[in-house]
Amino acid sequence: MKGIIGKKIGMTSIFSSDGKQTACTIIEAGPCVVTQVKTTETDGYNSLQLAFGDKKEKHTNAAQKNHFAKANTPAKKVVKEFRDYSIEKNLGETITVDIFAEGDKVEVVGTTKGKGFQGVVKRHGFTGVGGASHGQHDRQRAPGSLGNSSDASRVMKGMRMAGRLGADRVKAKGLKVVKIFPEKNYILVSGSVPGYNGSIVLIQK
Amino acid sequence: MNAAVAFVHEQLTAKKEFPRFKAGDNITVNYKIIEGGKERIQGFRGDVIKRQGQGATATFTVRKMSDSVGVERTFPLFSPNIDSIELNKSGRVRRSKLFYLRNRSGKSARIKEKRMAIEA
Repeated sequence: MKGIIGKKIGMTSIFSSDGKQTACTIIEAGPCVVTQVKTTETDGYNSLQLAFGDKKEKHTNAAQKNHFAKANTPAKKVVKEFRDYSIEKNLGETITVDIFAEGDKVEVVGTTKGKGFQGVVKRHGFTGVGGASHGQHDRQRAPGSLGNSSDASRVMKGMRMAGRLGADRVKAKGLKVVKIFPEKNYILVSGSVPGYNGSIVLIQK
Repeated sequence: MNAAVAFVHEQLTAKKEFPRFKAGDNITVNYKIIEGGKERIQGFRGDVIKRQGQGATATFTVRKMSDSVGVERTFPLFSPNIDSIELNKSGRVRRSKLFYLRNRSGKSARIKEKRMAIEA
């Protein structure tokens, strides 16, 4: 596996020469600094810890300051670990969008937009109870029956109900790298990725 | 628009020379169509009833009456399939979206032409 941390910028679309329009997402990815190299001998598994985005010194506690100092880098905002990284990197080295090539299939991990407390129609795709007429009222977005009567006499576990929706970690798979701007650290992937503009995403392959 | 998005537009969208047009104008869109492996250009003439979006995703909608049936077509402004756009008439309209034309027919569906003063 190889990957990079990035920030979702926004969406646009590009045209191919035959007129096909492709929606794509712009991600500002990297440069990321390797802040720790974990190996089987020392940690029980192999991974690279990457850090992305600067933050102010006064927002960094002593423990973090020392951790970043080991990699000889200023304090970073986001620290993520990638297991079994396929590229050999040493402590303090940087990773840029160059690790990907145009046409690669990648996965993008992000946190979806939080929707708050939502009803069953939005949250689980229920269709609501009945129509607007025939004497019914106030039932158009209702969940309907929750289960049986005397046999069971309880609501089954896992019954889909209203509740918190969104703000979940979601992986969008099979996105194609459409274009890379190495000088600006931009990477364009086809389709949409989870989260709002400005949110942190992981691009991995 | 976000500066980064604007940068990507600039890099990836081919520059095109079109006359300036807006809602209410009568234009002809010459667009390429591929029929049986052959490419030819077809014109679509009508009134612009909407311009929408910005940057590379901008589109416009043209409405025409074809055998007394209203036909609307939405084109992406930067589509490579648009060969050229001709401005036939500028219309005098008071709004940017002319959806009210859908409910009109005949005389009331006309758009007044904008008369420009000729500079002496």
